[in-house]
Amino acid sequence: MKDQTIHAYRRENGRVGIRNHVIILPVDDISNAACEGVANNIKGTLGLPHAYGRLQFGEDLDLHFRTMIGTGANPNVAAAVVIGIEPGWTQRIVEGIGKTGKPVAGFSIEGQGDIATIAQASKKAKEFVQWATELQRSECKFSELYISVKCGESDTTTGLASCPTVGNVIDKHCAAGGVASFGETTELTGAEHIVAGKAASEAVRKQFQAMFDDYQKLVFGEKTSDLSESQPTKGNIAGGLTTIEEKALGNVEKLGKKTRFVGCLKPAEAPTDKGLWFMDTSSAAAEAVTLWAASGAVVHLFPTGQGNVIGNPIEPVIKLSGNPKTVKLMADHIDLDVSPILQGEMTLDEAGDALIDMIVRTANGRLTAAEALGHREFVMTKLYRSA
Amino acid sequence: MIHFLVHDTADTVGVAVVDVAAGTQCAGRDLSTNKPLNAKAAQDIPLGHKLALKDLSVGDTVIKYGNDIGKVVQPIKAGQHVHIHNLKTKRWA
Repeated sequence: MKDQTIHAYRRENGRVGIRNHVIILPVDDISNAACEGVANNIKGTLGLPHAYGRLQFGEDLDLHFRTMIGTGANPNVAAAVVIGIEPGWTQRIVEGIGKTGKPVAGFSIEGQGDIATIAQASKKAKEFVQWATELQRSECKFSELYISVKCGESDTTTGLASCPTVGNVIDKHCAAGGVASFGETTELTGAEHIVAGKAASEAVRKQFQAMFDDYQKLVFGEKTSDLSESQPTKGNIAGGLTTIEEKALGNVEKLGKKTRFVGCLKPAEAPTDKGLWFMDTSSAAAEAVTLWAASGAVVHLFPTGQGNVIGNPIEPVIKLSGNPKTVKLMADHIDLDVSPILQGEMTLDEAGDALIDMIVRTANGRLTAAEALGHREFVMTKLYRSA
Repeated sequence: MIHFLVHDTADTVGVAVVDVAAGTQCAGRDLSTNKPLNAKAAQDIPLGHKLALKDLSVGDTVIKYGNDIGKVVQPIKAGQHVHIHNLKTKRWA
């Protein structure tokens, strides 16, 4: 594949972003009101309210910090204002984001209340947004994009058309030296042997298998029924998918035909090298895309069969569908129609090139359907109850 | 017009890519070889749903993508609709 030129934002640390957000990030649930106050005061900023951040501990707390810091560090973010109830954890996140070299400032509420905090943070947010809006896009390479992939509300057309289209792009992108990530640990059930066979080394295969087995243990430890209403979902079943195995075999078409994955990532962990990476994620769309955005992914490819409408506040989500009914009935949500594949009127290679073209347009500034419709699902993964 | 697609030559089910009415003589294609296939729909098969390519007995493994997608729990005749009423997961039961 010719490494196409895109026009994007090169950040202080050299990474390439395709959006230019100034985010107002709460450290914890009780700082949401102050963050939303600032985001309301200062136009062009983006508040990211969420449900967690208090009394978490252990691996779950590590994931919280990784998600917060990673979200601020994402190259689609120009600058970040962080607000927490107290200064300790607030500062920890500020310092983490600050390692990228981008502007970041922290404010805490205890001892002064919401109104004073909102006033201080609003002044800084206004400064950041006026600075960020003068940043110019510059020439970057397609292969510099970190791409994440995950499907949702799948049906059998996903495995026939939209997932193999993504697989075609993964093969081309990784061969050109790009970075990409897939995950959905539970939704590999029944196809895990295929994924294991795509590991670049025995060490990577073992690491993948251990993550996969751990998630199975969680599912079997917590389940109270036969899971028939959770996996496959009601939407999957309406679309013709019958079992988790069938769903998984369609899902793994996204991995491409030739590409081997070079490593395994914990949730929200950033890849350390080029190539395709497995991330241990939930299969729920908003949770998983939030984890990839926190790992630094700047654009997400989302095949859908029945019409999942998910978006993310900082990582644009490009939707493609191979279901001709969905493409017609939910046209407002679909960025790329690959349904001609079903009648042999479009090859996978042509569909892959059409998707690359859509990624280029999105990278250059075209809003995705989910962005235009205001889908900003910021959903943090929580591993267990707080202390 | 193509009525159904098959991922792999070993598959025992095909996927309807248009809404198929019972009694339709269906034109299909094997994606692994690009060879044409034929089947007669014994029941209505909605777009995206599966039809059996052969008779299947209770306990048989259903093959799609050349892989195991579960076990038969009600007898299935060639051309019939294969879904949650006659096919179950082996993994998450």
